[in-house]
Amino acid sequence: MAQRIDVKDLNIYYGDFMAVQGVSMTIDPKSVTAFIGPSGCGKSTFLRTLNRMHEVIPGAHVEGKVEMEGVDLYGPDVDPVAVRRSIGMVFQRPNPFPTMSIRDNVLAGVKLNNKRISRSDADDLVESSLRGANLWNEVKDRLDKPGSGLSGGQQQRLCIARAIAVKPQVLLMDEPCSALDPISTLAIEDLIQELKQDYTIVIVTHNMQQAARVSDRTAFFNIAGTGKPGRLIEMDETATIFSTPKEKATEDYVSGRFG
Amino acid sequence: MSATTSTPVGDTERVRAMLGSADAGRKRTDRMMTGLIYAAFVVAMIPLVSLLWTVVIRGIERFSPYFLSVSMRGVFGGMDAGGIYHAIVGTLVITLVAAAISVPIGLLTAVYLVEYGRGPLARVTTFFVDVMTGIPSIVAGLFAFALFAIFFGPGVRLGVAASVALSVLMIPVVVRSSEEMLRLVPNELREASYALGVPKWLTIIKVVLRTSVAGLTTGVLLSIARVIGETAPILITAGYADSINFNPFEGRMATLPVYIFTQYRQGTVPCAPGALDCVEDINLMRAWAAALTLILIVMLLNLVGRLVTRFFAPKLR
Ligand SMILES: Nc1ncnc2c1ncn2[C@@H]1O[C@H](COP(=O)(O)OP(=O)(O)OP(=O)(O)O)[C@@H](O)[C@H]1O
Ligand SMILES: [Mg+2]
Repeated sequence: MAQRIDVKDLNIYYGDFMAVQGVSMTIDPKSVTAFIGPSGCGKSTFLRTLNRMHEVIPGAHVEGKVEMEGVDLYGPDVDPVAVRRSIGMVFQRPNPFPTMSIRDNVLAGVKLNNKRISRSDADDLVESSLRGANLWNEVKDRLDKPGSGLSGGQQQRLCIARAIAVKPQVLLMDEPCSALDPISTLAIEDLIQELKQDYTIVIVTHNMQQAARVSDRTAFFNIAGTGKPGRLIEMDETATIFSTPKEKATEDYVSGRFG
Repeated sequence: MSATTSTPVGDTERVRAMLGSADAGRKRTDRMMTGLIYAAFVVAMIPLVSLLWTVVIRGIERFSPYFLSVSMRGVFGGMDAGGIYHAIVGTLVITLVAAAISVPIGLLTAVYLVEYGRGPLARVTTFFVDVMTGIPSIVAGLFAFALFAIFFGPGVRLGVAASVALSVLMIPVVVRSSEEMLRLVPNELREASYALGVPKWLTIIKVVLRTSVAGLTTGVLLSIARVIGETAPILITAGYADSINFNPFEGRMATLPVYIFTQYRQGTVPCAPGALDCVEDINLMRAWAAALTLILIVMLLNLVGRLVTRFFAPKLR
């Protein structure tokens, strides 16, 4: 179910501005890959190119290849909508649909696509997704209440439930815990460990401990200066990155000497 | 905590004094400004209340189920008869058709401007919408009249021509207000929808429009309120009729504002002394009652809008 992603020589642009340059990496299936690096080095930008969310910004485009199981996602006959169906995304700020109930938020991927689903299938999907996101017990009695009435951490888990309800192969998470308290953060980290059984997970985080705790491999991005493009400095087993990185910059960053 | 204990005693005293003492000057200014604001509010309310009061007092005299349910067919002179049924029908039909023309055009234009519009075409559209906002209503009427004269010959009077004239006035209002409402929808929601593999057009319909439907309704109602009282363009395009006409595609039609205008223009009726069925200022009384009806219709529309807003607005709990 989970798939491997190969990125080859990817340059990412906002209009004329090159935000990320020359990234090549492999993301293993059924593992957690963490992206770390100083603010503005292009982690979010790179993450969004993995499911073609980058191009919804006017003027944004890429050069290079992103391959999933050998298929170039930026190939001419690939539908970005289909890409996004198999590569889900959780955003930094929880963004449940304010007009929908908790239940409908989970079913959003089905309902917004005008797909028919039987009542019992829908119930099962809602329960399994919410259980998958560790939220079921907290909301099972208020499924018809609006999703925006939940706490921030609950909303974020609702967004995760919504993302896994469309059964993607890959789940991209952009700083999913940055707005959350330590308990919700732990809940989501546990969740990531569970989701790893079925999904390929890529997570952006500013929290070194978090990267060390949840990820199998870590990629360090850096930027030479303002206006310069961000680059992938090094990528390795998480343990290696945090103990014996090859690059000086990585060592400085993970040991807190800059960034 | 440690910060307060380490502060020298003098400082503590000073802080206490500062917190405790009320600045007399500031308080005075505050009271004065509060007074001014209330005064401004009252001044603004005076014309509104006096207008409503006048319309209600004068309109209520002739306002009755009978008045609402008959037309002016066969009514002449100072006859104590006649009503506004035909004008209510005309107002509703013409405004409804106008809305049916303007809302889709205006909404689609707004969707284009917000979701797709880039470059020169969007700028040109915005520019012309701005220009349209400033078109005087009489010019819109002349435009519709000339347009229909091309197809149906000169001197044609049709309800739908009036609707077209009103649409010219309505469309820019709908575009402007809808555009603002659509821009208020956070981009995060669009991205959330895209990230679920929802195509753009479905995202627009089911997320963007759905989220902003309350605001869009308000905008549409505002635009209706803007045109429902128009007189001149309707007089030119739909003329005036004494009898009921449901069909905007055939024949003249009366609307409430035009009715008010014609009644007012006829003024007082010279009654023969001793005439039984003759009321001298019947025309003026009818005009006021029709004005009252028009205001009630607008209020009813607003009420409906409120209900729609309440029903569709994003809920928190
Ligand atoms: N929508 C945009 N339009 C133009 N430039 C952008 C846009 N979004 C980001 N950028 C630029 O791209 C570069 C990388 O930004 P990005 O958001 O990817 O950084 P990041 O690594 O995620 O930072 P952070 O850790 O603060 O989230 C920055 O220089 C930023 O200014
Ligand atoms: Mg970011």
